[in-house]
This record gives sequence, C-alpha cells and structure tokens, in this order.
Amino acid sequence: MNPVTRIGARVIRPALDQAGYGLWLAGRTLMLLGHVPRRARALLDYMHAAGVRTAPVVVFVGFFMGMIVALQVGLELSRYGQQESIGILVAVTMAREMGPFVTSIILAASVASSMAAELGTMKVQEEITALEVMSVDVGSYLVLPRVLGLTLMAPILTLMADAVGILGGGVIAVTQLQLDFQNYLYNVREALSRVGDLVPVPSDLYAGLLKSLVFGFAIAVTGCAAGLRAKGGARGVGETTRAAVRTSVILIIVLNFFMGKLLHH
Amino acid sequence: MIELRDVHKSFGAQKVLDGVSFLVPEGQSLVIMGPSGSGKSVMLKHLIGLLRPDRGEVLVDGHSVPDLSAGELSELRREMGYLFQHSALINWLNVFENMALPLRETTALDKATVDARVDKVLHLVGLEGAEKKFPSEISGGMQKRVGLARALVTEPRILLYDEPEAGLDPEMSAKINRVIRNLNTELGITSVTVTHSIACALAVGDQLAVFDRGRMIYADEPRRVLDCDNERVQEFLGVKMD
Repeated sequence: MNPVTRIGARVIRPALDQAGYGLWLAGRTLMLLGHVPRRARALLDYMHAAGVRTAPVVVFVGFFMGMIVALQVGLELSRYGQQESIGILVAVTMAREMGPFVTSIILAASVASSMAAELGTMKVQEEITALEVMSVDVGSYLVLPRVLGLTLMAPILTLMADAVGILGGGVIAVTQLQLDFQNYLYNVREALSRVGDLVPVPSDLYAGLLKSLVFGFAIAVTGCAAGLRAKGGARGVGETTRAAVRTSVILIIVLNFFMGKLLHH
Repeated sequence: MIELRDVHKSFGAQKVLDGVSFLVPEGQSLVIMGPSGSGKSVMLKHLIGLLRPDRGEVLVDGHSVPDLSAGELSELRREMGYLFQHSALINWLNVFENMALPLRETTALDKATVDARVDKVLHLVGLEGAEKKFPSEISGGMQKRVGLARALVTEPRILLYDEPEAGLDPEMSAKINRVIRNLNTELGITSVTVTHSIACALAVGDQLAVFDRGRMIYADEPRRVLDCDNERVQEFLGVKMD
C-alpha cells in the first residue's frame, strides 16, 4: 500500500465516515424534536449538567477575557489618546467573538468530553446494545436531551460570559486607563444598541448568541456521535473522548469563521 | 419458531460462523455449548438482528431478520427478550427503573400496571428489597438476575440467554435454571441459551447443540451428550482427557 493510499485508509476514510455519522445524527435529532415533552425531565437534567455546573468556569474565564481585551487594546488606544472608546471595543469583541468562542471552547472541553465518555462507556459495556434490543429509541432517549440541553444552554452561558467580560473590561478601564466607569458603560450601551437590519435586536449581541446556539448544537452532536461509536474498552473510550474534544474545537473554529463572514459582512 | 439456514459470518479474515443450521420449534428450548470463540454469542446476535449474516437465512417467527426494516425489527424485538452476558444494566438507573425501562419506553401501560409487572418479576428472581439499589451497589450475581428480570418484564414469547448462570453461585444458578425451564414449560416461551455449563444445559434444554470453530458439530437431547462418541465434544466436556 503506497503512503497516499495508507493515509486515505487510516485518516481520511474514518474522518469522513465519522463526519457522515455526525451529520446523520444531527438530522435525526432535529427530526426527534417532537419527543421533547416526554423528555422534559432529562432535558432539564442535562441543561443543569451543561449549564449550571459550567457557569462558574465561564464566568471566571469570561471576566479575565474582558480584562485581557481591555488591557491589550486599551494600552494601544491610549498611545493615540483614544482610550475613551475602549468600552465600544470590549463590548463588540465580547458580544461578537470572544463570548461565544470562549464559552464554546469551555463547553467542548467539559461537556463534549463528558458526553463522549458517558455514551462511550455505555457503548463498550453493551448498554447501548441493550437499549436497541429493548426497542428503546437511543436517539430520543439518550441523544435528544443532551443535544437540546446544550444547544439551549450555550447562548445563556454566552450571555453570562459577555456580561462579565464587559465588567472585567470596565475594571481595567477604571484601574489601568483611568476612565470613568459610567462613561465606559455608556460606550458599551451605545455599541450594543445598534439594531440589525434583518432582526430588530442588537446586531452584535444576536450574532454572537446565534453563533453560540450553532456551536452548542455542533459540540453536543460531536460528543454524542463520538460516544455512540466508541469501541475497544477503556482505551477506546479515552480515544473517543479525545477525538470528541479535538473535533469540537476544530468545528467551532471553522464554523466561527464562516458564520462571522455570513453575519458581519 | 427460530430457524437458521446455512448461516455464514466472517469478521475480516476470521470465519466465525461456517454454515450453521438449526430449527427451534415454538415453545422449545435449545441450548448451545462450545469453546470460547466458537461463534455462540455471534449466532445469538444474528437472531435479534444485531448482526447480519454474510450468507444464509435467519428466520424468527417466519420473518427473515436481516431483511426487516428498522420499524419491523423493532416490532419483532418487542416479542423477544435478551439476557446479556454482562447484564448491560443502565448504570444511572436503579434496579426498579432498569426493569421498568422497556415498559415505560415501548408500551402505553399505566404506572400501576408497570409497578405490578416489575414487582412480579422482582419476586420471581428473588430481588425483593433491592429496588432502590444501583447496579454499582449490587453483586455481579444480582446484576445478572436484574438483567434476567428486565428481559422477562415485557413478557416476551422468545428469550435469548447469553450465559445466564455465569457469575452466579450454584444455588442461584439452579434457581435461575428452574426459572428458565418453567418459562418454557408453563408459558410456552421459545428460547435459545448459550452456556458453558453442562448443568445448565441439562436443566433447561430440550435440545443441545455443540459449536466448534463456527460449525455445529453435535445436536441431540442434552442427556445423551455425556454418552456421545464425538471426540471433540468429549474433549470440550472434559470427558476425554489427553
């Protein structure tokens, strides 16, 4: 087997195979949305697992992201005497980009990995097979609550990251750039009050929240798809978990680029 | 009725089933024995549609299992119960919830009926008082009994057992064997049991088949197997020693 064929057989074919399965699972999950009422309890459980348990990390990281953006950009602006506009830059950067991006990376590392590990363990211990044998719809019973739970929680967490990030930026504006906090908040409000043409809500905010909704869905589907195809015992589950995080992060970055182009240009 | 006709199955270059054929009439119990890796569990998975044969026919109640649509297979599986070798209980559900799961998910039974059915089967396998325990809190033997109870709770017409006595003490093995036998004789359940235990085979089987390297090398009434003159069967049973 020549090297090109070998790469195709070992890397490209499994990657395409997994991508195809992920797309199929995404479509199937959307078709199962009618099952939401009977999965309400599980949905709340996964919203809690994905949201409430991740919220402290999102708040902590979001606050520091806001401070980092304000510090780096603010110092440059102050060279030209433009530090007054730091509120606008922090607000737009957090709402459009950093809020959804940072939140999604945290969700990929924590929730996608746990979904892949949980379902992967069930798969290698034949629990998934047992559900199939009992005619239990695995998509409805296991996948739908996880995917929908994370998809709904991602924008809420992003909103929290945006808010604390802007607050962190305010701390830097006051302590490092010697700006007035009320003035900073005024600029933030100005920046976020631009209403979009298509949807009558603040455009930067809704673009970021829409991104996070899509990222949340992609992360959850990736985690579930990886777990449901795990094989080979504990080592296989470990590899599945790694692959879920890796694929989620790549997906977030690629989707972020294309959605950014679509929403802001 | 369960029938296999000249079933072949390979995984890569490894041939696992090599022309297996047998018939289990309704209400009868077939026991399959054989060394590890002889294709017993793979054959069982063909019966419930988890694997498709490379060649040959797998018929359950006259339906060709590999040709069923997903919906038809799901319908057929509701008539069947499967006891997994390692129980395969859902680890975040307690004993009661594990047993109630197939009823809650696949039937429209009300809560009182589900509770009554679960209680009845719990009593049958001797698990009263363990309802609230999680799989990680009970022994392997108890997990096995919960797995059996979960397979029974839907009142299936066909039961497939993958090593039902593995991990059980002799007393509990004998009790489980009696339960399996009674299901055949009293309720007319058709069953296929994969086991390494000759005691289990003698207790529950109407017919006994011995597999070796993907082939069925012996089939007869269980009590006759000890007198059979097939050398490979004697070796497997430990009757003939080199």
